[in-house]
Amino acid sequence: MLKDITLGQYYPTNSVLHRLDPRLKLIVLFAIIVFIFISSNVFSLAFLILFIALFIIISKVPFKIYIRNIKSIVLIIALTTTLNAFYVDTGTVVLKFWNITITSGGIERAVFMTIRIILLILSSAMLTYTTTPTELTYAIESLLGPLKHLGLGNAVHTLAMMMTIALRFIPTLVEETEKIMNAQKSRGADLESGPLLKRIKSLLPILIPLLISSFRRAYDLAEAMECRCYSGGKGRQRMKQFKLGVRDYISIFIVILLIASILVINYLYSAGIIYLNVW
Amino acid sequence: MDNIIEVKNVSFEYDIESEKKPILKDFSVSFQRGSFTVILGRNGSGKSTLAKLLNGLNKPSSGKVFVDGMDTSLPEYEIEIKRRVGMVFQNPDNQLIATIVEEDVAFGPENLGFEPGEIRRRVDNALKAVDMYDYRRHAPHKLSGGQKQRVAIAGIIAMEPRCLVLDEPTAMLDPKGRQEVMQVIRRLNKEKNITIILITHYMDEAVNADRVIVMDGGKIVLDGPPKEVFSKPNIIKQSGLDLPQPTELIFQLKEAGFEFQDGIISVDECVNALKRALTQEV
Ligand SMILES: Nc1ncnc2c1ncn2[C@@H]1O[C@H](COP(=O)(O)OP(=O)(O)O)[C@@H](O)[C@H]1O
Ligand SMILES: [Mg+2]
Repeated sequence: MLKDITLGQYYPTNSVLHRLDPRLKLIVLFAIIVFIFISSNVFSLAFLILFIALFIIISKVPFKIYIRNIKSIVLIIALTTTLNAFYVDTGTVVLKFWNITITSGGIERAVFMTIRIILLILSSAMLTYTTTPTELTYAIESLLGPLKHLGLGNAVHTLAMMMTIALRFIPTLVEETEKIMNAQKSRGADLESGPLLKRIKSLLPILIPLLISSFRRAYDLAEAMECRCYSGGKGRQRMKQFKLGVRDYISIFIVILLIASILVINYLYSAGIIYLNVW
Repeated sequence: MDNIIEVKNVSFEYDIESEKKPILKDFSVSFQRGSFTVILGRNGSGKSTLAKLLNGLNKPSSGKVFVDGMDTSLPEYEIEIKRRVGMVFQNPDNQLIATIVEEDVAFGPENLGFEPGEIRRRVDNALKAVDMYDYRRHAPHKLSGGQKQRVAIAGIIAMEPRCLVLDEPTAMLDPKGRQEVMQVIRRLNKEKNITIILITHYMDEAVNADRVIVMDGGKIVLDGPPKEVFSKPNIIKQSGLDLPQPTELIFQLKEAGFEFQDGIISVDECVNALKRALTQEV
């Protein structure tokens, strides 16, 4: 169960997306997220779907890897879909039983929300599949770079270093948690049943060993970093240098095109020039 | 004689709750450039404490440690000494800091501020030296223990050190991982002429060394070529250690009244000695 965490699971395929500047990818992801939420009509949403589908193909990451991500949040999707379907009561009544009515407006909203959540998951997964966590932290460090002029240079470096280390140790700690859980279970610990309070209490024998071993690790890691001549961000170089290249400029152009298209579609739709009526 | 590291009359103690716990007293030892030294000793005999003195991670409370003539207690040599004397620890998981192998190996050279091209060259060379080049884009947590430890070694080699101190690098590995790591260490010594100081619990890893040091209670109790050290079984056993298996076998046979020459430490020597003895009997 714990192994399903896909946070920061890089999937190397050497596609164009993998080789893009991580800063650019991060900004584009933010743009896409914004557009997912301002795409308020069928046309712009369809346009976005097309666009993200294209990206998925370009990324060369197998589609089933993306699906795995969606599976893990199927419950959340189902919940928001039903809630939306029940609570929105605009449009014509489509279905009515007892005192529950489902309207065309409700269905429309539910479908929209589902598609939005899925697009959101797909596009952020795409970023983590095509970008190593180190590149991501580099992107964040670089985008926060202007803060250095406010005398926050050290804080920015420290933040980036902390993120790198956290990402590196998540799988290690997950593995360790599983080991400790199994060890406690084999000693007869019951972790999965009983009232909530009891279950919370039964977590203590897991959390305490985990905490102690994390301190041990932190101490070891600090020594290992010192042995590798680490002394903060000053004078540090990067093996990977990112300079915006032709590839990146083309992507910027495409993204601007995307932004413009969605704005145009939204305008045309609200002006009633294009419309779709399924009801 | 050209020594890369000289430890001169060093004392060292840990402060525990304002109490001093002396570990080493008036301790002296030196390591010859290009040599392969194995340090043996039971748990708590002070091996790790000594190891950390060699690159300035521990600072002596009295006496001096010199690396290529540089005093480890002086702050101005701090980085240069750590670059020249690389250190590898027991648990590979706690030494790797990045999520991709090559990015981890780059950490040291990045800290030293080399140009990106130079960092790339060092990373590639280091990964090739430990046979992990094909894994350069992999995530460390998906590698085997032996592979992780080789990546950790590459991370040090990328700083191009002159000396490598390894503190029980094979203790957490399976036999295959141990073999891989030992092979890499021997090769670094032979081909790159890197001075090796290897702390270990495995006697068979000591057999091929140039020099074996046995420590007990913060003191050196034996020091010499392996043949010489292992021909003193009583002192070895008093120090809480085992003999290498071939030596132990010959030792037992001698106790039982058979005659064998001294200094049998490798399996081959043992086989030959037994063959000779058996053919003589018939
Ligand atoms: N950080 C520390 N603080 C206090 N005591 C320590 C510390 N590290 C080691 N010791 C003590 O120093 C002694 C020698 O330990 P160490 O050098 O780790 O031996 P070895 O590596 O041979 O097992 C042990 O008694 C140990 O308990
Ligand atoms: Mg030790």
